[in-house]
Amino acid sequence: MSDTAFANTPLAEETRQSEVRFRGGGFAPRNRRWVGFVVFAVLIGLAEIGTRTGFISNLTLPRPSDVLETIVQLYQSGLLFKHLVPSLTRLVVGAALGASIGISVGVMVGLFSYVRAGLVPLLAALFPIPKIALLPLFVIWFGIDEGSKYALIAFGTFTPTAVATYSAVDNVDRSLIRMGQSFGLSWFSIVRKIVLPGAMPGILSGLRISLAIAIILLVAAEMLGAQYGIGAYILEAGSLYDLERLFAGVVILSLLGVLVSTVIGIIERRLLGWRT
Amino acid sequence: MDIRLDAINHFYGKTEILKDITIDIPSGKIVCLVGPSGCGKSTLLRFAGGLEKPTSGRVLQLGEPPEGCLNTLTYVFQDFALLPWRSVRGNISLVLEDHGIRGTKADAIITDVLARTRLTDFDKALPKQLSGGMKQRVAIARALAVNPAVLLMDEPLSALDSQTRELLMDDLVTLWTRTPFTALYVTHNLAEAVRLGHRVVVLSRRPGRIREIVEIDKPLAERGYADADLEIIQKHLWDLMRDEARAAEEELIDV
Ligand SMILES: Nc1ncnc2c1ncn2[C@@H]1O[C@H](COP(=O)(O)OP(=O)(O)OP(=O)(O)O)[C@@H](O)[C@H]1O
Ligand SMILES: [Mg+2]
Repeated sequence: MSDTAFANTPLAEETRQSEVRFRGGGFAPRNRRWVGFVVFAVLIGLAEIGTRTGFISNLTLPRPSDVLETIVQLYQSGLLFKHLVPSLTRLVVGAALGASIGISVGVMVGLFSYVRAGLVPLLAALFPIPKIALLPLFVIWFGIDEGSKYALIAFGTFTPTAVATYSAVDNVDRSLIRMGQSFGLSWFSIVRKIVLPGAMPGILSGLRISLAIAIILLVAAEMLGAQYGIGAYILEAGSLYDLERLFAGVVILSLLGVLVSTVIGIIERRLLGWRT
Repeated sequence: MDIRLDAINHFYGKTEILKDITIDIPSGKIVCLVGPSGCGKSTLLRFAGGLEKPTSGRVLQLGEPPEGCLNTLTYVFQDFALLPWRSVRGNISLVLEDHGIRGTKADAIITDVLARTRLTDFDKALPKQLSGGMKQRVAIARALAVNPAVLLMDEPLSALDSQTRELLMDDLVTLWTRTPFTALYVTHNLAEAVRLGHRVVVLSRRPGRIREIVEIDKPLAERGYADADLEIIQKHLWDLMRDEARAAEEELIDV
């Protein structure tokens, strides 16, 4: 058969037809915020129905509406802020200290071979230590008051931030750095204008994890010795088996977690809009 | 200002990569470098721009760089190397900021190079919004902004599809005709070499040696798509390269 016969080669139309199956979907997270709310609402709704019908006994799980009431009471009595303000201060001071030192150390490790050779093993040694175990040591070093709490939170955020930062710096596209050098940019300019922005996605996703760890450590520190603070509140409620108050405290912590994650999300959207 | 690569030899470890390479790049001319894959073209270009040092031999600048030249030897990369977080304008101002050029002076330069590369309307776009051809034009605009004495181009068009490549070749010819620039242009593509080169240097397979230097006298502006004179030269280049390329191909499979 010659090539020209191609034009009138019939398609096999009379045989069985089936549409090509679509298989390209997924793997592209999109903004579907309402789904999160629905999941929460369904879980809370189930707990409410379960406790009201007696299917779940009051000793197993407090009724969500009672927990909400406890939070409202806490707010009305003014105690909410008495607990929240010291907690937030500790979180902000500790996490800011830890994250900023972590980012600086991470950048240095990423940039200088000697710092890397010296500090990477140290970071690997520090990372797996449960920081709470060191609280007594911090109490001796920094005093029983705020100092030891700041130090604990700062130390806890420091290691994951430093590790995330130096791997982010490692992953900055070398060809961009070469480009900077080939245009005669100064070392400082290359770090500030190419390395840091290039490492930003990795640093921010590291911060998400570090800040969650900071909240966990905040509660741990407050449980070990504080008059006011969400941790102290939860500990007190727990020792009295007051489940409503315990859950009220837990809900506040979760909200804090959501808040932190939202703030990072906003920063990501503002700073990382350039990503494809 | 001319550039001379003088008796360059290079080893990576024990492997000899380049052997006795001497090339002159006269001011205002485009010298194309072709050769089989892995023969050391990119390596040679890195030497020319001072990003790496050859085992022996020197890279010489003959004469003074032109007035107002901010970066004598300036690269245009195959993968564009644009900062994805900066707009087109920001990417160009990046290379001016370090020379203390800001504000209206920078604006004037940026506006000029954007106009020369037909990008005026895209100055606020981010790289992710641009097509491949436009990205490379931004990279060329950025290179022109520093008013280089010599452009070092490593396969600047090979990441592009063939139509875009044709268009960009025309752009380069127009740019050169308006203000002749000096360039060392590495390519795989013989059609590019005969279209843009005043002189084509053919390297052998590794260790890269100069096989032949072909001069093309026809003015750039008169060379066109599927030009008969150029086809003859291109065929000659391909005859030179075919066996080398085949041997190089088989060498890579052995590794
Ligand atoms: N940093 C390096 N260390 C060791 N070997 C290298 C290095 N860079 C390149 N080579 C080797 O040197 C040889 C020449 O590499 P080069 O990239 O210069 O070739 P090329 O001619 O540009 O090839 P292509 O046409 O594929 O771009 C290759 O065999 C490569 O493996
Ligand atoms: Mg190459």
